[in-house]
Amino acid sequence: MKDNKNTPIWLKASAAYVSSLMSALFIFIALCAVDGLMKSGPSLFCSVWDPERGNFGILPMIWASGLLSLSSLITGWTFSVGCCCFIHGFGPRWAARFLANILRIMTAVPTVVYGFASVFLLVPLIRNGLGGSGFSWLTASIVLSLLIMPTMVLSMDSAFKTIEAQTSITSAALGFTREQNIAMVVLPASKQWIWSSALLGFGRAAGDTLIPTMLAGNAVQYANTPLDAMRTLTAHIGLVLSSDVGGTAYLSLFVAGGILLFVSISANILFRLMRKKIWMQG
Amino acid sequence: MDARIKLLRILAWLSAFFVICSFLMLIGFLIYHGAPVINTSLFFGNTAPLEAITGSRPVWDGIWPAFIGTLCLVGLTMAISLLPGIGCGIYLARYSEGRKKEMLSMAVDLLASVPSIVMGLFGFVLILFLRRTLAPDATTCISLAAFCLALLVMPALVVTTRSSIESLPDSLVTTGISLGFTEQQMLLHILIPAAGKGILGGIMLAMGRAAEDTAVIMLTGVVVNSGLPAGLGSKFEALPFLIFYTAAQYTDQEELLRGFGAAMVLLMLSAALLYAASKLQRTMEKHWKGAR
Repeated sequence: MKDNKNTPIWLKASAAYVSSLMSALFIFIALCAVDGLMKSGPSLFCSVWDPERGNFGILPMIWASGLLSLSSLITGWTFSVGCCCFIHGFGPRWAARFLANILRIMTAVPTVVYGFASVFLLVPLIRNGLGGSGFSWLTASIVLSLLIMPTMVLSMDSAFKTIEAQTSITSAALGFTREQNIAMVVLPASKQWIWSSALLGFGRAAGDTLIPTMLAGNAVQYANTPLDAMRTLTAHIGLVLSSDVGGTAYLSLFVAGGILLFVSISANILFRLMRKKIWMQG
Repeated sequence: MDARIKLLRILAWLSAFFVICSFLMLIGFLIYHGAPVINTSLFFGNTAPLEAITGSRPVWDGIWPAFIGTLCLVGLTMAISLLPGIGCGIYLARYSEGRKKEMLSMAVDLLASVPSIVMGLFGFVLILFLRRTLAPDATTCISLAAFCLALLVMPALVVTTRSSIESLPDSLVTTGISLGFTEQQMLLHILIPAAGKGILGGIMLAMGRAAEDTAVIMLTGVVVNSGLPAGLGSKFEALPFLIFYTAAQYTDQEELLRGFGAAMVLLMLSAALLYAASKLQRTMEKHWKGAR
């Protein structure tokens, strides 16, 4: 049915429009990042952020971004696997349905609302319970892991569903219970899906701006304990641009944007490659 | 084997407990504080509602300007992104093949993975670029924000349109051809109406994303106090930014409660949009299930 000569012109135009916008975004950000790297070069990769004296070190922000996204990914991912198991047989049926509904509702909650509620609920809890100011790596990490869970669970869940449908009768005939089937058959068989959804979660965690800005305290430093404040790359871009430092400080932001773009794109390409491999095998 | 199952069982209960508890606590906390303050004075403050709605008197102590700002922003975003988004989705579903199709769908996928702060940064760079070249007095404004948000919601539109067109049964196309429809007629009179609910679901999804995003508008012209948006080139207020700002800068109890109210309003807005989206998509799936 594909008759390319008869393609309506507005469809061609919109496809061209979308792809040119996409390339414009990439070219602009990449050019600006390269420009920033050339102009301020090594001064970017030091630990001091003091624009008035000409120090634009973004190393602490890179460190914070990596630390925060990895830590929330690890907790979020582990809990996502747990939730998937809970939904598929480890929990009572009513609770499983309840959990699945909650996860679906969670996708509808705006990030800023999570941040707002956490500022007034979680931050005082941590301040009174564990000490410090409450605005810390730990706080941001908890909320961020909650934020990225629905995406990961939904993507793992679809794999679980397919594989469970394929194997449940056979393994029941072998005398497996549903729990045993999940643990011994489905979980190993969907290994690649589970790993690839971690990439999905990582992309979201590294790119999120609101949660780190609102909850992580934004101090430029290397956070060593979970109660230390930190400032991520995303928060850095938002804070500096919206407070208008101006001038050469922008250059470091472009580099930060370039790094973010590179990381999230690589995670996505890796994700696509993995899924493609699974398709080939299947 | 037993140890493994035991371990998984502990993990499963623990994670279910974690998710359910933290979600209910956060949302319950929000509703507990936010629900009582939702009334006309949350929206209009001390200004009379009628005068506020017609814009004859500005609202200083209500969320009305931010609410209208968000609605305008979403409307403008959809106006910019609707045609290209849906067009690109249809193109992907029906008129492209092979390498071209793969490249385009990959581009859309990659666009979906770009963090929203980078979209905002793109808008900011665009303005710097415009200032140096064409328009020396260009500045961040509501049109720029809508342009960047359009980029952000484009993938959602493209993907849902594509999958709803692709989920239609082949017999529809065959029937159309046998009746002597041209491509254009087939699109307008058969395929788009048949996939309408799915596409509408995608639009709702995109609106929800445009309404909730904060990082993009933070860099492209949102301010705390501008009143109703005055025109396409003006600064504007928006609900998510108001919430964000309140969390960090509130000075008294009244402002804090207004923040809770705004968070409730935004939550309801985006929940309603997403609910409508999933409902529409589910009815469409059900409708065509037997026909495949």
